[in-house]
Amino acid sequence: MSGTFVGMPAFPKAAHDAVHNETLRGNLRHATHTIRAKRANAVAELSDWAELREAGKRIKDHTLRHLDRYLVQLEEAVTAAGGTVHWAADADEANRIVADLVKATGESEVVKVKSMATQEIGLNEALEAEGIRAYETDLAELIVQLGKDRPSHILVPAIHRNRGEIRDIFRKEMSEWGRPAPEGLTDTPAELAEAARLHLREKFLRAKVGISGANFMIAETGTLVVVESEGNGRMCLTLPETLISVVGIEKILPTWRDLEVFLQTLPRSSTAERMNPYTSMWTGTSDGGAEAGDGPRHFHLVLLDNGRTDTLADEVGRQALRCIRCSACLNVCPVYERAGGHAYGSVYPGPIGAILSPQLRGTASDIDASLPYASSLCGACYEVCPVAIDIPEVLVHLRERVVEGGPVTREGNKVVLQPAKGHAAERAAMRAARWAFTHPGVLRSGQRLASRTRRLHPRTLPGPGQAWSGSRDLPAVPAEPFRDWWQRTNGGKTEKGTSK
Amino acid sequence: MSSRERILGRVRRALADVGQDDTPYEQAVPRDYLREHGERSVERTVDLLAENLAEYRAIVHRCAEDELAAVIGRLLAERGSKTVLVPAGLDEEWFAATDAERVPDRGESTPHELDRVDSVVTACAVAVAETGTIVLDGGPDQGRRRITLVPDHHICVVRVPEQVVSAVPQALERLDPARPLTWISGPSATSDIELDRVEGVHGPRSLEVVLVSGRPGAEATS
Repeated sequence: MSGTFVGMPAFPKAAHDAVHNETLRGNLRHATHTIRAKRANAVAELSDWAELREAGKRIKDHTLRHLDRYLVQLEEAVTAAGGTVHWAADADEANRIVADLVKATGESEVVKVKSMATQEIGLNEALEAEGIRAYETDLAELIVQLGKDRPSHILVPAIHRNRGEIRDIFRKEMSEWGRPAPEGLTDTPAELAEAARLHLREKFLRAKVGISGANFMIAETGTLVVVESEGNGRMCLTLPETLISVVGIEKILPTWRDLEVFLQTLPRSSTAERMNPYTSMWTGTSDGGAEAGDGPRHFHLVLLDNGRTDTLADEVGRQALRCIRCSACLNVCPVYERAGGHAYGSVYPGPIGAILSPQLRGTASDIDASLPYASSLCGACYEVCPVAIDIPEVLVHLRERVVEGGPVTREGNKVVLQPAKGHAAERAAMRAARWAFTHPGVLRSGQRLASRTRRLHPRTLPGPGQAWSGSRDLPAVPAEPFRDWWQRTNGGKTEKGTSK
Repeated sequence: MSSRERILGRVRRALADVGQDDTPYEQAVPRDYLREHGERSVERTVDLLAENLAEYRAIVHRCAEDELAAVIGRLLAERGSKTVLVPAGLDEEWFAATDAERVPDRGESTPHELDRVDSVVTACAVAVAETGTIVLDGGPDQGRRRITLVPDHHICVVRVPEQVVSAVPQALERLDPARPLTWISGPSATSDIELDRVEGVHGPRSLEVVLVSGRPGAEATS
């Protein structure tokens, strides 16, 4: 994944630092609570939300179960419509394909519409290394790029910044990249948006190459769909001569009709709008018919694997590939709200990031091994998910993988994962518990011993257990084990009056 | 081995557990969601379109067929527009009441030339009441996608009730995926700064929608 996140500390350390940043917590709390309430209203308007959610889930599941077939069908349709399809097994290959395509045009700068896939592969940095400058054109992405920062939210990447911070970034950095910020720029959102408009417009009007992602690809017709609000997407998709779209292979829908589900659930789940201001749909290149020359003359689609087929190989974890990147799960998550997106060390933060990143990247690094634990398992993320991804189920599944190891697929090969370091105590405790639970006599005498010595118990655990009890109260041991109580009172029947 | 074969091979191996899943697509997906939400008269559907467009800060006007030229003339004059982009297939009559210089939609005009035009007038392919959306499909009366993008002022004419549907599923049925499509719900907007909605970043900052009905003499309102 993106080089921008290399060297991130594991989630517990990053989150520990983030929760002490009061500005960050204030910005996040304001943003997530605002959008959460709006979203609930937008969803409540549709009386068939449950049916739409189920249909979305089933469409995505069906597509994933026949992904090979739909990928081939999509390739044929895009090619027939005048586009060129490229296949990229990993980030390096995708970056190389895009860089070569840009070089072939003779250009040294490109305009980009915000795309999670290109962030995931670190495309901007890869292009920079080839002498190609990529301009992010979404307002929030511009704020992140000018601030030499990292995005912290799927939908609102600069959610961690307030207006004062944004004004300072524009004043200081815009001149480095092109048109400087206007004199006397204040921190009102309208003025800041106007400054971004002026700054970016000159880039749009001269751009020869545009780079995008896509929200959906229709296998039946070869149509690509991008939803957005500002019009920067429309600029990148229609003004340049060459358009390169980098899209994860899981973004396929079988038929045109399937859009009727997702164009209802995605905007309401993400920006809490009935419909986002702009949706663009294009099929190959449109150089035929009376309206010749509507849009780019050259269209390239780069189909990206980069860990998706490995995720697909996991029967429990593959449901993460249903994700339509709406970010509703981020906005309801109590952990995200306090820790912020950067703590997740991935372009996919929040609950979905906690299950997607360790699957796309594997759990070898500390940050990826810690992500399945970045949750309280409260289940709010599952409730709001418009494609019903059972995020808590996958979190628990991944925790087990981290602790126990076992067979996984990496880069298409089956490998056996070793248990992660640092979980030895947890593993030993689980092993002991399993043994005790399968030996009733041992369990009984252990419980009796614990009850009789309860006054002597320490308030925190010794040794490696300290890490666990450092943030929790140890449960009190009852005066009498349940089993003994059950026997003594005949299942509670003689409990009354507490006399035997 | 090419990356294409590698990726398709990985997909097939990853789905080994799925085996012979021969549930056809039609049966795999339940379609028991609604075609539209609630029952409305035709008039009420058009009203809903107007309400939802206005809620997203589009400016909505209504008039009858024989008043359209006057309305377009007035809107261009109020804006002070000296130039207006006109798709090839638009009715000449629509511009009978304006002095603004007409700029044709040509394939060879550069983005910089489009940027110097004050306004654009188009028709639409379909409008969706429940979401407050107008859809352009690049037809002769709508022109290339970029002409409704670069100029800062877009006037879109919707024929009511013929071009209005209630909901998204009905709109998709009417559209041809082979055409380049642009769905527009209100003017360009951003909520990237503290989630405060600001109209107008890169697309037109003003969107005016004229709902025109075939009945002559219907009241013109703003």
